[in-house]
Amino acid sequence: MRQRVCEVLVARAENPNMVFLTGDLGFMALEPLRDRLGDRFINCGVAEQNMISVAAAMAKEGLELWVYSIAPFCYARAFEQVRNDICLHNLPVRLLGNGGGYGYGVMGATHHAIEDYGVLLTLPGMRVYTPAYHDDISVVITQAGDGCEPCYIRLGRDERKIKLPVPAYAPWRRLSPGDGPVVITLGPLASSVQAALEDIGEPRPDLWLVSELPLTSNEVPASLAARIADAGCLCIIEEHVGHGGLGSMMCQWLVESQVRLRAFEHVHALGYPSALSGSQDYLRQQSGLDSDSIRNVILALTQS
Amino acid sequence: MLEMHYNNRVGHLGGNLSAIDAMLVIHHELMQPGDRFVLSKGHSAGAYYVTLWSLGKLSDADLRTFHKDGTMLSGHPPSRGIPEIEFATGSLGHGLSLAAGLAMAAKLRGQTHRIYCLTSDGEWQEGSTLEALIFAVHHKLSNLSIAVDHNGLQGFGSTAEVASMDPLDQRLAGFGVDLRRCDGHDLDALRQTLAPAGDGCPVVAILATRKGNGVLNFENKMESHYLPLTESQFAEAVAALKGSS
Repeated sequence: MRQRVCEVLVARAENPNMVFLTGDLGFMALEPLRDRLGDRFINCGVAEQNMISVAAAMAKEGLELWVYSIAPFCYARAFEQVRNDICLHNLPVRLLGNGGGYGYGVMGATHHAIEDYGVLLTLPGMRVYTPAYHDDISVVITQAGDGCEPCYIRLGRDERKIKLPVPAYAPWRRLSPGDGPVVITLGPLASSVQAALEDIGEPRPDLWLVSELPLTSNEVPASLAARIADAGCLCIIEEHVGHGGLGSMMCQWLVESQVRLRAFEHVHALGYPSALSGSQDYLRQQSGLDSDSIRNVILALTQS
Repeated sequence: MLEMHYNNRVGHLGGNLSAIDAMLVIHHELMQPGDRFVLSKGHSAGAYYVTLWSLGKLSDADLRTFHKDGTMLSGHPPSRGIPEIEFATGSLGHGLSLAAGLAMAAKLRGQTHRIYCLTSDGEWQEGSTLEALIFAVHHKLSNLSIAVDHNGLQGFGSTAEVASMDPLDQRLAGFGVDLRRCDGHDLDALRQTLAPAGDGCPVVAILATRKGNGVLNFENKMESHYLPLTESQFAEAVAALKGSS
């Protein structure tokens, strides 16, 4: 997705107010943007706290600010700067966090972002985008760039094995209809979930994808709400810790909407159950976010 | 400012008294239309509010609300409600980066206005303040003037005892700034020190100040960081001010 972000931002760079800050990252990816923006591309060095505050001040001056780093370095390292300098002032700074979830795999836990949107959505005015596909990037960048609120864009890699067409970008998308349990997922994990459920048989799960948070920014579609109520069973699958993630948000929605379920499953990142590290796929497996585990959860839910 | 703090039983007066001379000179004599000021040591908000009052931007009635329920004038500068206040500060280590961002924006746009930033001395223990200085020097932000209220006392000890950066001027000069020094309570020295813009780099002016300046039995004392004035200290301070006017 990072290459696509670069292409879209290069096209957007004709806006003379656009400024891009990086925390010394983007080698062999962002060079075209650097060359296009010239002095409006600023490598702030290994100093993320300063970078975030500088971005806030430049945004206050009316410039269009984009900030890029490996995800945890821009939301966790500089959390107080995001909180005080960006969000308290409601400044439109766009945080581009590369490597959502376990995206940096065997690089280690310090590089993972498994609590990113849960943490960020505690801040006033913050909006989160979780694009799932390469094709989503253009719309997400345009929407974030034209918006007037702080936002975080969680980047990963398009996980489609074959680049089949996907539904056009929308905050909520139905990936495959079905009469079975409702399944909601988020981000690039959607492709793996879709593959896991491909030949699961009848009744097929009703698979949905959400790409913008908080839920209050884009209400749960009426058709989805009706399906959840009708099915009576719901499964949330996300590469994020259980606390504060989509599962928690949907639980609150269920209570507030007075929807009663007979079964609920939340498949989420478990952190680091063992001392062993590995690829993103390995770490997902440790959390039950691999295809076989997901399939088994849905099968059990179908039979419940 | 004494009345504001005394009547409302507010502490933090020491750092306000060490900073107010610089704030008044910067706002009344140095800042031109378009220039900007960032109070990085947000705990000197009282002095900032009084400075804005002296410019006619806040009223007597506004000042009387200081620290009270429903006030705009919180203990540290607010993010909304007072147009002259650029940023909510108070957590140390943010203001210099914010000022550097304003200076960088001006530089990119070819604008000539200047940015003034007032920091504390203890604040240089914050890594983010050093990050900001590296950034400002690297980008040759000569439109940025940083005044350091060097009163030598911080929250729970002297800066020398807690985490010494002494000699602060030499340490900061090593970053490649236009380093200046002056008595932070000598108004003429403040004017002359802070008026010229940097020569190809940001200015850092170390202001030798006294915490609790002008209040007998309060000056240069740790108590002045947190504790409000006693009745006798307030009476003595007012008498001293009247005597010197």
